[in-house]
Amino acid sequence: MTNTIKILMATAVSAALLVSIYSAPSEAAGRDYISIVGSSTVYPFATVVAEQFGKTTKFKTPKVEATGSGGGLKLFCSGIGISYPDIVNTSRRIKKSEVSNCAKHGVKDITEIKIGYDGIVIANSRKSRRMKVSRRELYLALAKDIPSGVGESLKPNPNRTWKDVNPAFPDIRIEVLGPPPTSGTRDAFAELALEGGCKTFKWIKEMKKKDRKKYRAICHAVREDGAYIEAGENDVLIIRKLEANPDAFGIFGFSFLDQNEDRIQGSIVDGVEPTFENIADGSYPVSRPLYFYVKRAHAGMIPGIKEFIREFTSEKASGEEGYLIDKGLIPMPEDERLKFRRDGKKLTNLVL
Amino acid sequence: MNKQDHEARLNLIKSRLKIRYAKEKAFRAAGVTAILTALSMLAILFITIVGSGYSAFQQTFVRLDIHFDQEVIDPERSGDPEVFSQADFAGLVKKSLRKKFPDVRKRRQKRDLYSLVSSGASFQLRDMVMNNPGIIGSTKTVWMPADDDIDMYVKGHIKAGEKGGGRIKDYKLAWIKELSAGGAIEKRFNRTLFTSGDSREPELAGIWGAAVGSFYTMFVTLVLSFPLGVATAIYLEEFAPKNIWTDILEVNINNLAAVPSIVFGLLGLAVFLNFFGLPRSAPIVGGLVLTFMTLPTIIIASRASLLAVPPSIREGALGVGASKMQAVMHHVLPLALPGMLTGTIIGMARALGETAPLLMIGMVAFIVDIPAGIFDKATVLPVQIYLWADSPERAFMERTSAAIMILLAFLLIMNAAAVILRKRFERRW
Repeated sequence: MTNTIKILMATAVSAALLVSIYSAPSEAAGRDYISIVGSSTVYPFATVVAEQFGKTTKFKTPKVEATGSGGGLKLFCSGIGISYPDIVNTSRRIKKSEVSNCAKHGVKDITEIKIGYDGIVIANSRKSRRMKVSRRELYLALAKDIPSGVGESLKPNPNRTWKDVNPAFPDIRIEVLGPPPTSGTRDAFAELALEGGCKTFKWIKEMKKKDRKKYRAICHAVREDGAYIEAGENDVLIIRKLEANPDAFGIFGFSFLDQNEDRIQGSIVDGVEPTFENIADGSYPVSRPLYFYVKRAHAGMIPGIKEFIREFTSEKASGEEGYLIDKGLIPMPEDERLKFRRDGKKLTNLVL
Repeated sequence: MNKQDHEARLNLIKSRLKIRYAKEKAFRAAGVTAILTALSMLAILFITIVGSGYSAFQQTFVRLDIHFDQEVIDPERSGDPEVFSQADFAGLVKKSLRKKFPDVRKRRQKRDLYSLVSSGASFQLRDMVMNNPGIIGSTKTVWMPADDDIDMYVKGHIKAGEKGGGRIKDYKLAWIKELSAGGAIEKRFNRTLFTSGDSREPELAGIWGAAVGSFYTMFVTLVLSFPLGVATAIYLEEFAPKNIWTDILEVNINNLAAVPSIVFGLLGLAVFLNFFGLPRSAPIVGGLVLTFMTLPTIIIASRASLLAVPPSIREGALGVGASKMQAVMHHVLPLALPGMLTGTIIGMARALGETAPLLMIGMVAFIVDIPAGIFDKATVLPVQIYLWADSPERAFMERTSAAIMILLAFLLIMNAAAVILRKRFERRW
């Protein structure tokens, strides 16, 4: 038994030595791969490009983390150096406050690249009827407070069923599964769908000029009485729940609808069906651009950044028939593609 | 005592006995029901996981005759591997498919035709040429992984036509039928699942990268937590004075065992990444964070097994003149070691299944390359499961279940080892 202990001790000591030997060379070498953080909506696209990039070039495969747009920008803006990410993916444009936060930490030169568009769909199970809904009706169904109808006042959303929103709708309880407030998808849904519907009330629209803050509060607040269910960032889970509950609706990115069209159907919003073509030509109202941002200072520090941008903006990736399109990305029009390809090549500075 | 009295008392006892037996019976029944409920839940879990995951161990392959065209691969006959690697191997696959289905003319249909075979096929051909440049110029029959849509259709997970959401169009179905009639579609053992790293193409994705990452992380955890945990336990149990300080220490250690694991992740982010500047997403940091998590488990188990060694052993050793140190090291520790190892293995098994603390230190990431050391970027098995479960492609669903099965197998092996160690070496007094 004493021998066992000695052997164990010896293993532990030699293993500890091994650890310290390991550390010396790789610490000095720095980082030889690109580090990407950011939006979970862009993640499925960025990872495909990263994989292609790793396989077809001499560079290592970039590392992609899904931290959400906000979290990613925070990491991205915390400094210059190998311990900070080189690229951040976002499902919305960078905010002024984020740019100044970046500058405070020395991240001054940022290049903005738009990669394409993503539609946000509101879908339900194929087992039930396809819904035709307007943005105004979505606002009335999901907002926290809605106009009371008397003057310019609000009341807590009284609508329990879809029928309450519009008598033509079926008499089923409003039940919508969607992303939490930390998600870029939620921000975009609030801005495009809810605000789009809320603007149709004249007095609210006029408020935009007078009191922006209040206007946003009215238009972007989602009800918290159980009709809107925060289902986490896992869109696959939402789809499974929709299958189990044909009366429920779910909100997620177009790529998930595209992959699961045998199970779910996208609701028609403002008379437009969420299809690839309708999102691409801009007629589907709830779609938003996707971006990534690059730290210029890192381009000379980490190998392969320029080549990675070239791969991402290349015609074979984000062009009309690129491999990202097969994954559900909606391509930009040609002139926009050319602009961002140029920007990527020259690492043009961001102008807000 | 008269007879009547005796009779009445007997009856009273009898009736009470009945109630007591009934109570015992009810309690037993409740126990059995509890176990059966737990077992049936476990059975449901296993059946759903195995049921949806077993098909991932097979992958659909497509057979094509590939002509390794000299003009495409190496037109200048340089024989330079650098030139080979730049060649358009996808073009070779496309050419072979066009030859097989010469009637396909429309652009859209051609795209669908090319998507029968996985995009990884070109890399497979590239590796073939790199390994054996002699095949340039010849025509070879090659089995290549099919695209995930085809794979899902062949396995019966999605339907063709409109009913299947239009992912497999009717003409595509006709090609599949033609290919399988010619024996050119086959399901084979999915080796990729065990040998490659992550990929966004389900047919190319594997868990080996995550398994190696888990190995490095667990290695760091074991190397740090076992010696530290055992030493702490020995000192506290055998040498430390019993006073208010050691009491506070004990409360803290027990508390630590109940701290939610995400808190350790936040600690790791603040201390190891921000303060010590260790690399993000590296097994060294993952291992350090998980060490915090396993330490209390190991310390508590080790102290318990030291406590189980009877004092007579210590007294005997001291009685024949051993020093306190000798008594502990030569006599107490060997007897307590099996229990300590069991505790360690259980703690490690818990750490192996942990994702929450790793989120904070960047190990929840898409990483394709197999990690080469504890400072390389890496992910771990449970994170891989989480990432696959979150992927839109349908084929990742069965792969998620397959990965869960593999992780469960690892956990089962570790826990079985703990039981065996205990059974073989444990001594009872």
